[in-house]
Amino acid sequence: MHCHESGVKINIPPDSRKIVLAGNPNVGKSVFFNALTGLYVDVSNYPGTTLEISHGRYGSDVIIDTPGVYGISSFNDEERIARDIILDADVVVNIVDAVHLERDLFLTQQIIDTGVPVVVALNMLDEAEKQGRRIDTDLLADLLGVPVIPTVAVKQMGMDELKEKICCARPGNIDPALHSKLHELHDRVANQGEALLILEGDPVVAERHGIAPGTEREEIYLSRRARVNDIVGHVVSEGSKGSGLGTMLGRMMIQPVTGIPLLALCLYLMYKFIGVFIAGDIVGFTEETLMQGKYEPFIRSVVSRYFSEDSVLGTILIGEFGVLTMTVTYILGLLLPLVFGFYLVLSAFEDSGYLPRIAALTDRALSGIGLNGRAVIPLILGFGCVTLATIVTRVLGSERERRIAVFLLALAIPCSAQLAVIAGLITSLNGSLIALYVMSVLTVLIVAGTLLNRFLPGESTDLLIDLPPLRLPRVENVLKKTITKSYHFVMEATPLFAGGALLIGILQVTGLLQVLQRLLAPVTVGWLGMPKESATIFIMGFVRRDFGAAGLYNLGLNDFQTVIGLVTITLFVPCIASTLIIFKERSKREGFIMWSGVLFLAFLIGGLLNQVYRATGSVYGVIIGLAAVLVITVLLSKFPVRKQKLTSEGINYGR
Amino acid sequence: MNLDQCKKGHKVKILGIGNTDIRAQAIRFGICEGEIINCAEVVPAGPVVVRKNNQEIAIGRRLARQITVELIG
Repeated sequence: MHCHESGVKINIPPDSRKIVLAGNPNVGKSVFFNALTGLYVDVSNYPGTTLEISHGRYGSDVIIDTPGVYGISSFNDEERIARDIILDADVVVNIVDAVHLERDLFLTQQIIDTGVPVVVALNMLDEAEKQGRRIDTDLLADLLGVPVIPTVAVKQMGMDELKEKICCARPGNIDPALHSKLHELHDRVANQGEALLILEGDPVVAERHGIAPGTEREEIYLSRRARVNDIVGHVVSEGSKGSGLGTMLGRMMIQPVTGIPLLALCLYLMYKFIGVFIAGDIVGFTEETLMQGKYEPFIRSVVSRYFSEDSVLGTILIGEFGVLTMTVTYILGLLLPLVFGFYLVLSAFEDSGYLPRIAALTDRALSGIGLNGRAVIPLILGFGCVTLATIVTRVLGSERERRIAVFLLALAIPCSAQLAVIAGLITSLNGSLIALYVMSVLTVLIVAGTLLNRFLPGESTDLLIDLPPLRLPRVENVLKKTITKSYHFVMEATPLFAGGALLIGILQVTGLLQVLQRLLAPVTVGWLGMPKESATIFIMGFVRRDFGAAGLYNLGLNDFQTVIGLVTITLFVPCIASTLIIFKERSKREGFIMWSGVLFLAFLIGGLLNQVYRATGSVYGVIIGLAAVLVITVLLSKFPVRKQKLTSEGINYGR
Repeated sequence: MNLDQCKKGHKVKILGIGNTDIRAQAIRFGICEGEIINCAEVVPAGPVVVRKNNQEIAIGRRLARQITVELIG
């Protein structure tokens, strides 16, 4: 797809300037953005992608945020967007991490080379000083040729000075050799930034101008790197580096001996927090006491003044699947607390720098299913929201990896809403049944991944990821992220759930529900061994899997049926939003194959478990069967038929 | 030797990176041919973590095999 339209759709008054915030990942850009824009912030989608770009007003000017990148080019979506926004900027505020000056200044110098006026905010000076690192900011400003403001954004230090100096932003010093090359292009490409990217071989920008992309990327990069190293050599004096607790903990996180127990501990704490505390105590209060105890009787009494509860409209509004009863209770009483808890944990993980370390730890294991460690990020995000995770699979290096990851997400990764419902149901089961559930889903994940890796053509890319320093997440930032994401969840889920409830309500009053239940009986009763009413949960499951899972509560299932129901609904097709995103990300044809494949596998596996249980008469029989399948798969994958070769296709950076 | 054969604590000089796109991206991280880096951690059968100044990068095993280095200390 070629998108010649560059830049986000933002309404910018003609006389106001576009001030763009740019920087590497994890340098605290969001803190600057919040400090400069205050409360009034807009979020817009970047054309052709689902990445969100925030922008807000700053006096009469507009502040635009960009995704964190290590350089601007076309290595991934983040870079392409950052590139287009920076090329279109009037002023760039470049945020630089003082601790990683040599890494960050590469982007700084590249932005300066585009010729745009720049002001540098040298952030996290306190951390750098803690490590015994002194930076001569005046000399840095001289060498770069742009103002440099020392800041500690989280303590609001230097922010006022930065605001004053935005007007003093100016084009910086450019390597003379590069400058003359840019000058040669000047006749054909008026914009210096675009000329630079063409010289650096950026295919997209070159095509916009109908010029062949340059071949000198490596030379320009190398001389820029040399220039940056030289600058760093002049301005930094290194003291004694305390390696500190953070470094040690960081090491422990990636070594399997310590890393696996640490990860297990984190997951256990997460389960304790979300699965037990929130799903139990909090939801117990919000769902039962608040919603079912107070809200539902209230709304029933209000509505029944106008319609009888047994009338058609009454059934739809306040009946068993009522739009005003079940929908509101499920969304606000059940799902919202769970989703909030999950996003809270996930945002804390994200901000702490733990995720890339989990990537390094799991790289080996994930290579078995054709992914590299980077895929752990979308897979873990999938436990939050499969829709979001499907979009995030873009960080993966090749189409092959994206295909595997999207399929596995759709098939075997339950999202937070669903997990929460599952966690609530599963605690009532005994140990062997819990083991059966976990093992079933895990086996499906491993077997599906291994088979895809074996039979999909092509090769997967390798891990190359930056390990940012470990930081204690800031409560304020974590809360803000959590609230934003939870809000989006409610806004998105409510109409879908209401629609689903309405559909089922209509099916119920028209008698079609009974017809469907009878029609599906061979599958639900015969194959899965569930009551025929379970057809309802699968119909709800088409809307969202968690709605389906939530329906399991009221079916009066025995323990084994609950497990079968849980496995089937876990593997069931993802929610409507996810499905739409899969179709958009993976083309309609591939999306359809995935979707119907997932549907088929969910019933196949749920039913197989039931049939094996019937045949062996014991839960352990099923568990042994699953173990056998796992062992066979692992053994099969040991026979190499793959020709592994290094591929360069679109490898990109970690975030 | 190749980067995947390094042990934790080794100091090595990078001689060559066998892939243009990776080479360009490594330059941004400050890891170019001729540069001296420390091997900070080796995950058994997994990635090699290299360190340069305060920067740590995890490099997948297969990729590490494509990077030739010279042991300095």
